[in-house]
Amino acid sequence: MKSVNTDYSRSDVTNFIVLMVVGFAVIPFVVQTDYWYSSIMIPWLCLALAAIGQQIVMGYAGQLALGAAGFMAAGAFALFNLELRLPFVPFPINLVFSGLIAAAFGVIFGLPSLRVRGIYLMVATLASQFFIIWMIDKFGWFKNYDTSGIITAQDIVIFGVEFTTPLQMYLVVLAVVTVMTILAINMARGSTGRNWMAVRDMDIAAESMGISLLKTKLQAFAISAFFCGVAGALFAFTYLKSMEPVAFDIKLSFRILFMVILGGLGTINGAFIGAAFILLFPVVLNTLGNEIFHGMIDATIISSIELVVFGVLIIVFMIYEPLGMAKLWETIKQRFKAKFFKKSEPSKQKDKLVT
Amino acid sequence: MTEFLFFIEVVVAGLLAGTMYSLVALGFVLIYKASSTFNFAQGAMVFFAVLSFVGFMELGLPFVVAFFVTILLMAMVGFATERLVLKPLMNQSEDTLLMATIGLGFVLEGLAQAAWGVEVRRLDLGIGDFPIQWIINSTGLFISALDLTAGLVAAVLIIGLALIFKYTKMGLGLRAVADDPGAASSIGIPLGNIMLLVWTAAGVVALVAGMMWGARAGVQFALVDLALKALPVLIIGGFSSIPGAIIGGLIIGASEKVLEVYVGPYFGGAIEGWAPFVLAIFFLLWRPEGLFGEKIIRRV
Repeated sequence: MKSVNTDYSRSDVTNFIVLMVVGFAVIPFVVQTDYWYSSIMIPWLCLALAAIGQQIVMGYAGQLALGAAGFMAAGAFALFNLELRLPFVPFPINLVFSGLIAAAFGVIFGLPSLRVRGIYLMVATLASQFFIIWMIDKFGWFKNYDTSGIITAQDIVIFGVEFTTPLQMYLVVLAVVTVMTILAINMARGSTGRNWMAVRDMDIAAESMGISLLKTKLQAFAISAFFCGVAGALFAFTYLKSMEPVAFDIKLSFRILFMVILGGLGTINGAFIGAAFILLFPVVLNTLGNEIFHGMIDATIISSIELVVFGVLIIVFMIYEPLGMAKLWETIKQRFKAKFFKKSEPSKQKDKLVT
Repeated sequence: MTEFLFFIEVVVAGLLAGTMYSLVALGFVLIYKASSTFNFAQGAMVFFAVLSFVGFMELGLPFVVAFFVTILLMAMVGFATERLVLKPLMNQSEDTLLMATIGLGFVLEGLAQAAWGVEVRRLDLGIGDFPIQWIINSTGLFISALDLTAGLVAAVLIIGLALIFKYTKMGLGLRAVADDPGAASSIGIPLGNIMLLVWTAAGVVALVAGMMWGARAGVQFALVDLALKALPVLIIGGFSSIPGAIIGGLIIGASEKVLEVYVGPYFGGAIEGWAPFVLAIFFLLWRPEGLFGEKIIRRV
């Protein structure tokens, strides 16, 4: 794969620290309405976590996979069953286990990546998407034999403390996302991430330098699925609350793919920016539609327009800024710096692109 | 004996349903051959074409006129795609093009729904989706008239396309472009026109496929997902082979039905959704380039 961000890890770190300070210390005191927590902050953080998972396998390891929602479903239903059948195990441990179960699926469906790439791999990973949803749908055991097919997530109880209000759940999600993002940034900067990127840029060269393709690719799939699994579990327990497998269909996979492409391949920043955009844009469009046209435009038309705009944006970004919004953000920041702080010249150094 | 007859019936029904997958896959292959672009938007094109066709019919256009207006529309879509998407992305990697066509697919889906609405529409081609009496009488097999028509239409389309490629000047140009775009354009073959032609042809194929699917399941958004089933067909047949698309479709159609009827009950049924994809994975392990595809050679 061409054009991937390579050296933004430092800005990943600074952005992330700023974001976390705002997230933990500012937002809980400023934002009071539950709507913001339960409809915007929580799904944003969950989807951003899933997008990091997609980023690992696609942006860092360069494997074109399209099945994030399947792994999210695996994580969500694994956590439901663990909480149901092992209620004595603390919630955080169950959460980790549900991620590990998703990771196991990731390894199984990552196996074709050892033989094929590009569109071929995409088809193979689609199998995981359809298979996992079908499996949960068909076997009642996964849903505790609920006749309606809809399960209700249990309350989150961590060491005797219940987390049920939107603010409390937001803090739980934020804590998990913080820990896992730090993990992801470190992996991406360390030898693991360098191996991924070497495989992405040219797998044959990477192999001849002694990087095991088998290990690196499967590791990327496993860790990616782990992130998606935990994200799916949180998504189900704090946002959806009651769910059926259809909530994790192929459309969600496409949305997560879009987050990564529009956000910027190969950056952790990109996952957060992309998730925010994909989540907020429909909200903004709906509000605009209601404010300006006072309900004259049908809701279905608005959702169709949404599809068109996403599609056009993807094409436009592919043509003009293949590195996505994360790169756009860097460029704007540099222009801003160059204008107001004359000390540093506008960076003449060319972007280090992988070509 | 009746059991054997039932098996034959399952296989035949599968084969005929498979031709519908073949029709979708054919559109992919046409574009892939000419421009090595994997057109993920083919499924959306099927939906866009048939929804527009039904829309034009509802506006009061007669069948034939609506058919040709839709083809004109698909040619315009092809033209816009060539100018606005493919040309700016020339010489980019295959993955970049693939992602751009995913975007294109969403644009087409959105446009179709914004223009014609989201409700499910019926499409009556005058061919019933029920068994033909004289086949039952003569052989005892239950074969749907619609399936049979789809098979015949697919055959006519393939033969027509094969003749065009083989015997017309345009077809010769097209084969030259498929072989080596650089060399073809340097001897004066107009790349733009060839691309326009290919996209129009893919549009026609999409319309026909959409009409067949629409007559069976109604014209609705789910057609886009059905078109995803064309992907395993392509893996089995090979991305660059027209016979491959046909044979792949037949294999997927038949094995899907046989698996569903004979293996499905052990797993609680409805394995049709993923069985083709798993089949494709096993096929990839054995022959990654597909039955008829060109051998994949990667140079360092």
